[in-house]
Amino acid sequence: MKIAMPVDDKSMETTVCQSFGRTPYFLIYDTESMESVFLNSYAAASHGGAGIKAAQTIVDHKVSALLTPRCGENAAEVINATNIKIYKTINDSIQDNIDALKDGKLSMLEEIHPGLHNHAAI
Amino acid sequence: MKIAVLSGKGGTGKTLVSVNLAAVAKESIYIDCDVEEPNGHLFFKPKDIESERISIKIPYVNETACNGCRKCGDFCKFNALAYINSKLLVFDEVCHSCGGCVLICPEKALTEKDKFIGEVQRGVSENVTVITGMLNTGEASGIPIIKNILDDIPTDKGFAFIDCPPGSSCIVMESIKDADYCIFVAEPTLFGVHNLNMVYDLVTLFNKPHGVVLNKCLKGENPAENFCKEKGIQILGKIPYNNELGTLNSDALISVRENKKYHALFSNLLQTVTKEVQHEAVTNS
Repeated sequence: MKIAMPVDDKSMETTVCQSFGRTPYFLIYDTESMESVFLNSYAAASHGGAGIKAAQTIVDHKVSALLTPRCGENAAEVINATNIKIYKTINDSIQDNIDALKDGKLSMLEEIHPGLHNHAAI
Repeated sequence: MKIAVLSGKGGTGKTLVSVNLAAVAKESIYIDCDVEEPNGHLFFKPKDIESERISIKIPYVNETACNGCRKCGDFCKFNALAYINSKLLVFDEVCHSCGGCVLICPEKALTEKDKFIGEVQRGVSENVTVITGMLNTGEASGIPIIKNILDDIPTDKGFAFIDCPPGSSCIVMESIKDADYCIFVAEPTLFGVHNLNMVYDLVTLFNKPHGVVLNKCLKGENPAENFCKEKGIQILGKIPYNNELGTLNSDALISVRENKKYHALFSNLLQTVTKEVQHEAVTNS
């Protein structure tokens, strides 16, 4: 299964990024082949609608699941228009979250925040 | 002559100052640009109200014509368009109504449709023409409403007092853009000084002549007054912090129409402002 996670750097040792829309990178990870790819997220530099653009990136990479600590309502609207499931991360370790997903211990992200519109950019 | 009244935070007395200045003038226009929560009309209770609905343009997609090339989404700097499951999604509240996506679509699959975001009410209260911008709850930006009002101010009615939204964001910039003079309203607290500094920086950037009204003045030291002296900002007048004025205001009464003392206070303030504006007009001509 292909999964996506917002991360702070291009390394498996880095931490899960606390923002979905404004994350600098996405990890695209294949749980079968254990192959990892790091994508630059250009949405981070957006004037607005970063969550929408980040969600578009995730959808375009045809992942089955998104693991994230938080997600805004516009991003959730994009992702929920597909079959991608949104799981809530348990801590900031990439490996812990991958393991928890494999063990079926991750819960769905229930809380979708109203976004930080007009606060992240002028 | 357009006079903007602003402050870095809510509750300092922008509406108190602009409503009373407008009411004390012989003939004037009061413009409420605080479109998210306009309250000047609660004092004026204007009559003969005419309403105009304000709309913005947002893209509308013809799904059969759209071939999913995504040129619109790539163009949009605000990411208001996403292409998901062979369908274009439009995020109305993120759209800035630039119209670029409609121009750029090679398949002509996008057109514009109107989206109503609020209204402008125009009415009369004795000597004052009252214009109120009202943004619908949940809308992202009131700027189109402010543009509509300020593009079309009658010029034959003396002073126009623009009651600005609080803060120093885009919507405040839009409100003061064409003002001839800016009045800051400041509270006598350190927090008040911080907020005064924000609008002072903004107005200085816009190169607008300006002065301060010190509101809620108590006996003793006034940090906002100290700040003005330090920066060399003209103090136009002082309004005392007292129960009588507070009660008139909380009863939605216009103090200059109720009480001679406040009539005199705001008449003096208006004279000072008039002198300042004329002085600025002469030195800049």
